[in-house]
Amino acid sequence: MLSQILYALPFLAEGFAVTLWVSLLVVVLSLVAGVVLGVGLVYGPAPARLAVRIFSDTIRGIPILVLIFFVYYGLPAVGLHLQSFWAAVLALTLFKTAQVVEYLRGAVGSIPKGQSEAAMAIGLTFRQRLAYVIFPQAFRRFLPPWINGVTDAVKGSALVSLLGITDLMQAINQVIGRTYEAMPLYILGALVYFAVNYALSLASRRLEQRFSFIRE
Amino acid sequence: MSDASNAALLDVRDVSKAFGTVEVLRAVSLEVKRGEVVTIIGPSGSGKTTLLRCVNFLESYDSGSIRIDGKEVGYRDAGTRQRRSERDLAAMRAETGMVFQSFNLFPHLTAAGNIMLGLRKVRGKSEAEARKIAEHWLGRVGLAHKADSLPAELSGGQQQRVGIARAVAMEPKILLLDEITSALDPELVGEVLAVVRSLAEDGMTMLMVTHEMAFARDASSRIVFMADGGVSAVGPPAEILATEASNERLRSFLARFRASHF
Repeated sequence: MLSQILYALPFLAEGFAVTLWVSLLVVVLSLVAGVVLGVGLVYGPAPARLAVRIFSDTIRGIPILVLIFFVYYGLPAVGLHLQSFWAAVLALTLFKTAQVVEYLRGAVGSIPKGQSEAAMAIGLTFRQRLAYVIFPQAFRRFLPPWINGVTDAVKGSALVSLLGITDLMQAINQVIGRTYEAMPLYILGALVYFAVNYALSLASRRLEQRFSFIRE
Repeated sequence: MSDASNAALLDVRDVSKAFGTVEVLRAVSLEVKRGEVVTIIGPSGSGKTTLLRCVNFLESYDSGSIRIDGKEVGYRDAGTRQRRSERDLAAMRAETGMVFQSFNLFPHLTAAGNIMLGLRKVRGKSEAEARKIAEHWLGRVGLAHKADSLPAELSGGQQQRVGIARAVAMEPKILLLDEITSALDPELVGEVLAVVRSLAEDGMTMLMVTHEMAFARDASSRIVFMADGGVSAVGPPAEILATEASNERLRSFLARFRASHF
């Protein structure tokens, strides 16, 4: 049994690399898109706010699995053919972006209005106010839910196996298909996912401590 | 610029503003000359703070004109009422310092950091220059030893003095003070007003909303009494207080004020 698993390890490692690659893409892309849309939601003109609100509410109201199938099987109907890998990344990114929008709205919204006004009063432009006054304060409130969302992204990436992508989950299933050793392999898989996410949680705690300047 | 010393530095003319159906400012006109200290008094809801916030365009207004040094604030011109660009607005606001009732110090920056932010990013000073200016002004408000303290480590009075230093370090043309002692414990009011008084002695032009009547009387060039969104009386302190007998609103305001401040 052990020898069979050891034999399968390089194959599992390849799957794990795909899992990490999908997660990284989703986390980075959703962070960029989510922050931009989130700023639009808080500060944008009414039409922009409405558009972001509809996007966020719609996406968050759809099960992620439906979203993945919609992007992969549905979009070709309107002429958008994506490889399974990129379809999965797009679907997960849309899902995560909607969450990042809400984290950002919450974090920025928690900063008192007087902070923006004081920053305006000394002549800072909108971008400068965000960069030097609002974001540094909002960061600490954004971080915990966001890291939580990152661990969700790592776990959620297992869903890409349903489009036949050989990530860690799919690799485990394939090894089980050959060895019939379900229990040890699922435990191994669980441990790998756990190790990644626990490391993220620890890093998050470190970061939070570092950015916990005193507030009145 | 020939008659710059005589022309009003701040010229507010017929400014009106409504929040929905509530008219908070009704054709308010007001002038502040260079070096003057003008205090605005009046019952709450009379539009004092709104007027002050219109002067650096934290608040927009519906009609009328506000000029600082001859330049229209907020709008490209009073006629078309086209809002200035973000960059323009920021540049204009840098010329007017503002001190807030609730201090609004940046909690993630030290006392010196609060003062340096505008100097670095708006005035383009180097780190060392900005630090020097910050230390100078912290010294002026008696907080040289608190340069590296975070706002949360300072008392209310100390925070407000940093707030003043942050505003004046930018060398504004005019300083706007919005009930800056209202959030302070009574024993801390004096230290803040002493700073304001010393700035006045240096010739800083100030427009100030306050409930400190004794301070208004002693330190102002002129007092503006506002009621129901309009200017009800304006003049030198002695003159204003002398009109009390003939101004019904002023009389009832001062009577209520005296009743609540023994």
